[in-house]
Amino acid sequence: MTNHWVDIKNTDLVLIMGGNAAEAHPCGFKWVTEAKAHRKAKLIVVDPRFTRSAAVSDYYAPIRAGTDIAFLGGVINYLLSHDRIHHEYVKNYTDFSFLVKDEFAFENGIYSGYNPEARKYDKSSWGYQIGPDGYVVTDPSLENPRCVYQLMKAHYARYTPDMVFTICGTPKEAFLKVCEMIATTAAPDKTMTVMYALGWTQHSQGSQIIRTGAMVQLLLGNIGAAGGGMNALRGHSNIQGLTDLGLLSNLLPGYMTLPGDAEQDYKAYIDKRAFKPLRPGQLSYWSNYGKFFVSTMKAWYGDSASAGNNWCYDWLPKLDKGYDILQVFENMNQGKMNGYICQGFNPLASAPCKIKVSTGLSKLKYLVIIDPLATETSEFWQNHGEYNDVDPAKIQTEVFRLPSTCFAEEDGSLVNSGRWLQWHWKAAEPPGDAKGDQEIMAGIFLRLKAMYKKDGGAFPEPILNLTWKHRQPDAPSPEELAREFSGKALKDVTDPKDPTRVLVKAGEQLNGFAELRDDGSTICGCWLFSGAWTEKGNMMARRDNSDPFGIGQTLNWAFSWPANRRVLYNRASCDPNGKPYDPARKLIAWDAASGKWSGSDIPDFKADSPPEDGMSPFIMNPEGVARFFAVDKMAEGPFPEHYEPFESPLATNPLHPANAAARANPAARVFKEDWSTFGKPDKFPYVCTTYRLTEHFHFWTKHVRLNAIVQPEQFVEIDEELAQQKGIKAGDHVRVKSNRGFIVAVAVVTKRLRALEIAGKKVHTVGVPIHWGFLGLARNGYITNTLTPFVGDGNTQTPEFKSFLVDLEKV
Amino acid sequence: MQVTRRQFFRICAAGVGSSSLAALGFAPGEALAEVRAFKLARAAETRNTCPYCSVGCGVLIYSLGDRSKNAHGEVMHIEGDPDHPVNRGTLCPKGAALLDFVRSPNRLKRPEYRAPGSKAWQPISWDEAFTRIARLMKEDRDKNFIAKNDKGETVNRWISTGMLAASASSNETGYLTQKIARSLGMLAFDNQARV
Repeated sequence: MTNHWVDIKNTDLVLIMGGNAAEAHPCGFKWVTEAKAHRKAKLIVVDPRFTRSAAVSDYYAPIRAGTDIAFLGGVINYLLSHDRIHHEYVKNYTDFSFLVKDEFAFENGIYSGYNPEARKYDKSSWGYQIGPDGYVVTDPSLENPRCVYQLMKAHYARYTPDMVFTICGTPKEAFLKVCEMIATTAAPDKTMTVMYALGWTQHSQGSQIIRTGAMVQLLLGNIGAAGGGMNALRGHSNIQGLTDLGLLSNLLPGYMTLPGDAEQDYKAYIDKRAFKPLRPGQLSYWSNYGKFFVSTMKAWYGDSASAGNNWCYDWLPKLDKGYDILQVFENMNQGKMNGYICQGFNPLASAPCKIKVSTGLSKLKYLVIIDPLATETSEFWQNHGEYNDVDPAKIQTEVFRLPSTCFAEEDGSLVNSGRWLQWHWKAAEPPGDAKGDQEIMAGIFLRLKAMYKKDGGAFPEPILNLTWKHRQPDAPSPEELAREFSGKALKDVTDPKDPTRVLVKAGEQLNGFAELRDDGSTICGCWLFSGAWTEKGNMMARRDNSDPFGIGQTLNWAFSWPANRRVLYNRASCDPNGKPYDPARKLIAWDAASGKWSGSDIPDFKADSPPEDGMSPFIMNPEGVARFFAVDKMAEGPFPEHYEPFESPLATNPLHPANAAARANPAARVFKEDWSTFGKPDKFPYVCTTYRLTEHFHFWTKHVRLNAIVQPEQFVEIDEELAQQKGIKAGDHVRVKSNRGFIVAVAVVTKRLRALEIAGKKVHTVGVPIHWGFLGLARNGYITNTLTPFVGDGNTQTPEFKSFLVDLEKV
Repeated sequence: MQVTRRQFFRICAAGVGSSSLAALGFAPGEALAEVRAFKLARAAETRNTCPYCSVGCGVLIYSLGDRSKNAHGEVMHIEGDPDHPVNRGTLCPKGAALLDFVRSPNRLKRPEYRAPGSKAWQPISWDEAFTRIARLMKEDRDKNFIAKNDKGETVNRWISTGMLAASASSNETGYLTQKIARSLGMLAFDNQARV
């Protein structure tokens, strides 16, 4: 979330799209109710299903799963063509006036630089025109046809209400009603918040859906304001934290990235990431990349990391490509992997195309499970009848199942969606011989280290020299680890403007990332979390819930990254002169008397930069402004374009009926063997979408008695018309099948789903909740991901769980 | 008199119990029995957060025992934390059933091992499990570690063993896991944020 849960109460309009907060995040959704009750805010829900969020909305519009870019592109077209945008904001705080290279082009649904064999773009034409001064050339009059504004306007002019109806099936009047409601928040003192979740991410073009939503918010001036923002409602309690800490194939802590093979030169690696400003007077905060990187390497490798060896740069693994979960299961299937460790992750149930996951695991030499609960993955080799019909004798994988603690049995911090690091305390001992995750990781690592020390082996240096300053080496404590990622000074850290002034003494915890240095004098395991544990103590454990400004900021509750800031980009809540657009919801303002920005939040800005200096609010971007034109950051192109889901009821993309290459995402990676696993609408005529229920959490709560009682048995939802056609009554068992497998479940016949007219034909949607499996207290059921396709988003590789094709029959 | 929330809770619990008994006509005669004490009044209270979705609701965990060495601290009740600025004491149908997660009969209690081709689990000690896992990892790493690619560039990666990290685990666990995985040269490394 750019904002946070309580801040939702400050909004005038809520758009829930690609999520169902009332069902999946009920206690956060309460802040929507608060905004409705106390600010007379309105709630719009756009969803393929009439969800629990829709049930309490002011307006609901249906949409076909996987067509959100078409809908939101239509909103952009409406706002631009009706001139319902926040002019001062877009002119000063976005790339509206930036000129784009002449070579950049878009034809027949494909951007310049496409290589169809590789399914990849050469992105060299996706950039700005750079002037002789080294800065981007702009046209403040916005008349140049190569400026971002003009290019964007032309791009989305094709997204007419009729086109939206053709692709999305959303009736024209419903679409226009939503546009009109959204447009009201272009007023400088009105804001809309966007709340989305996996309904936007789990598509082959999910990242671009989210970008399109962010573009709508930028046009309206809703980013950076109280009650505004782009608010990702994350799925797990610490999915935010693990992302922040970089536990993904290509990441280092704090969104730093691992080098690629070609990046052999340390200095070039840093320079490429330490962006220089692209416009005069901009901060470009990533220019500090070297400080973040060196401090992390000092935290990991201590005295071994020095300027002489480039802070152990060569010790980091380099990427020849991304090894995301889909790539890894592909490699397993090809026999390229021997071992796998699942720490609190149940891929047999959570990853797409169960048969492929199961086949992959069967080819491993060893599998290690670390979990508080008996997961399906841990018993992938066991025959569980129709739900997991395998022959254990044929599976040669050695499996270890190690019991770990749950939340109630450990100390530590989690990052919620609002970026708050909240500390929790241990209440009891774990059952039996279960151990904490840190002890388990230490148990394996210390034995490996001892073996390398004794016997040598492949490249032992990073293993032997990894810092391990724990009072109990086999049980590193959460406090020690939190202090390490927050950071401390190894030598006195002085003020760059006055070297006689010591900011932090040697050995003390840092106050924040501004004190990081690239000379090896500071350690910090995750720059983004710096300041979470200072000399004042554990800032994540703070529990003062006072809200002095009355807009829900609670700056002394827990610790919010970065720098305890609660609303990102909050400089953009003020006009160029530093005055809040809405004084009643003031986050920060320029205080000329003290020469500082101040207010109810920590300024997301250089605190002493006066408005007349012209620094722009998006300080992480080298442009200083927000981008409508994504330059080379996205796989599919600088402006989001609608492509069909890989499995769709339409044979062509209605925007590009003559170009087969532009039907589905041209830059999505598809493994060779998987093309044949995609189904066609002649055999699989219905759109299927998967989702959660409020009574369950993934595949955990089927082990929890109360939840197993309130929602005991697997079901699927079908609309009344389809049920009638197929002779299905509520309570009948139905078989839902895709080209990859089938599930059998009880039919719930409901008005909450309705057929939509798509490109002249009637399309039904089948809804499948995800929560059942072959272990647990609830009745056994089929794993929903038996059905789903093995293809992911072109940027993130997040699987396309939200729109694929199935057929349906009564059993 | 300053009354903390905890004290207030205890006073109310005792007060409501005795006064409502009297109001219902159950006023004691000669045999005066003690009113049953509110069961949470003597429990240990621990602040925690819900492990499910990302709202991060505050919860209060009540357990038996006083945290002394020989007192087995068993969790007996979990409820929403009324001081928490986001959930303000409320919990959803999942959070409200957290006690049954902690006490689920399907909690794993002992390390287990499944041999190749076997149909059953067998017990294994922690020490044996750690040593055997470390041995398997080392064998694979030593055999398949890639120090240099075909072009002779230094790449130092190990891609034949992978790991999925838990996005319900704490930052402290995540940070330690990240450190260890990268020191081994691991790249086939992800967490639930991917799916």
